[in-house]
Amino acid sequence: MSTKTVDLASKTQIDSRKIMTKNSSKSILSVQSLNLWHGKQQTLKNIHLNIPEKGITVLLGPSGCGKTTLLKTFNRLTDIYPDIRTEGAVLFKGQDILNKKTDVYSLRQQMGLLSQRPHPLPGSIADNIRYALKLKGISNKTEQNHRIEFFLQKVALWEEVKDRLKSSSGSLSIGQQQRLCLARGLAIEPKVILADEPTSALDPISSRKIEEQFKELSQEYSIVLVTHILRQAKRLADYVAFMYFGEIIEQGLPGELFENPQTDTLKEYLSVGH
Amino acid sequence: MKLKNYKMSIALRKPIELFRKTWMQIALSIILILPLAIGFSLLYKAWPLLNPDDLGKLLFGSVWSPSQGNFGLFPFISSSVFVAGVGLIIMIPVCLSSAIYITQFAPRWISRILRAAIDILAGMPSVIFGLWGVITIVPIVGNWAKQQGAQNPTGYSILAAGIVVSISVMPYVLNMLLELFESVTSELKETALSLGASHWQAIKDVFLKKLKPGIIASFTLGMSKSFGETIAVLMVVGNVVQIPARIFDAGYPLPALLANNYGEMMSIPMYDAALMLSALILLLIVVFFNYLSHKVIRHYQAKA
Repeated sequence: MSTKTVDLASKTQIDSRKIMTKNSSKSILSVQSLNLWHGKQQTLKNIHLNIPEKGITVLLGPSGCGKTTLLKTFNRLTDIYPDIRTEGAVLFKGQDILNKKTDVYSLRQQMGLLSQRPHPLPGSIADNIRYALKLKGISNKTEQNHRIEFFLQKVALWEEVKDRLKSSSGSLSIGQQQRLCLARGLAIEPKVILADEPTSALDPISSRKIEEQFKELSQEYSIVLVTHILRQAKRLADYVAFMYFGEIIEQGLPGELFENPQTDTLKEYLSVGH
Repeated sequence: MKLKNYKMSIALRKPIELFRKTWMQIALSIILILPLAIGFSLLYKAWPLLNPDDLGKLLFGSVWSPSQGNFGLFPFISSSVFVAGVGLIIMIPVCLSSAIYITQFAPRWISRILRAAIDILAGMPSVIFGLWGVITIVPIVGNWAKQQGAQNPTGYSILAAGIVVSISVMPYVLNMLLELFESVTSELKETALSLGASHWQAIKDVFLKKLKPGIIASFTLGMSKSFGETIAVLMVVGNVVQIPARIFDAGYPLPALLANNYGEMMSIPMYDAALMLSALILLLIVVFFNYLSHKVIRHYQAKA
């Protein structure tokens, strides 16, 4: 990611809109004038955001400010809630994600999701990854087993579970479960990883492991990380968007944003945040 | 003045507490003792007939002539199993697909109407199901039996009883299934969908797999209720003492035997013992299925 892009993008929202048109090749996801309603209540207001390719983009903000909702529009999980209505566009590879014609199944396979708490699927440890592979159309057993090992190694879980791949995923610790879920998300070979406060249920050591993996994965993937933990944002962010009551109030490089906040809201968040 | 009252209530608290506790223990013990007491009194009454040498003849004999002292219960046992089995086969697809539709696909207002309908069905006296079976199911089954060239073209048959029993038990099983499917969190759904599964794939591969123990247990409990269904079955099953071989044959399940004959059980020697034995068998079947459903749940819980 070039410094120039980020410099420009970090200015006002109106500016970032122009930059989007200039530099859309540099960003993998581009949110344009996104509004979202839950029934009559508007939860996202006029969101403009360019998510750079590779690296970690952090959506920072207090609980209930719409971070998770924004994240879920990226893989259209908003579809399953009938009272959600959206306006605007989210461009991914030049295509509007929110367009009804978009093939939502293949879209979701380009966005690996890691949720707040690990949600292992019923079945064994291997089954969890196997299911992702099956959905990807990989039915050859040898190939499946090869990939199961590959992705478990990628999240540094292989050594811990290689002797009990057939035991239930519920037998893992919660930190291990979260890494299993990460491996499962990677097995669909996504371009983007959407992480929704992935460490909020974990102990500090497991959290640290996930964070380290994110650092590594950010070389290959574009990661969108939702968090309300300021220190985590500072540790991981390559780009930050600060959200408050459904709006992106400030966005930019972490250095600038954290050192030199423009709005009072962010100043306050930075002073009391932890 | 007020202070004094306060002290009195403290003084009273202990005996009241003790009384409450004792009362609850009594209530609990009644509930625990009741099934045992029923079981034992049935066993006691059936005892004169329970000769180890004759047990095989009782359970697997097919000759039922009380006046000659022949009490072969196999026609009744086999009819019971046959009816409950047919009921189960009808129940599984109907209950599963309704539960999936109501919890996963139906718009909210349709699901509300359907739930109300299920509750009405659940509260319906089973004699109404029986009567309805007589005027609609029996003629339909009769016509079909004629077309198939069955020996018994009346329609009063195992099939009619299976259909009626499935209808009377379905609301009960369906309510359990609805609760199960509602226990699936939206997070699990999001997880499956986020991997690229369609809604149907998520249901098929994830929800059904996750809920499998609960689903099996629900149907097992449904089975035990089917075995006990008396009046509705009695009205459409034909009540012919024979070992039914085809679904169009008439049968004579255990509850029907009891309900039809308890009035005259004292008229013939040992008749009462035979009826008590069949009641005991029925009770044991029901207990067995309940035990089985608990076992299934335990088994899967231990695995998870």
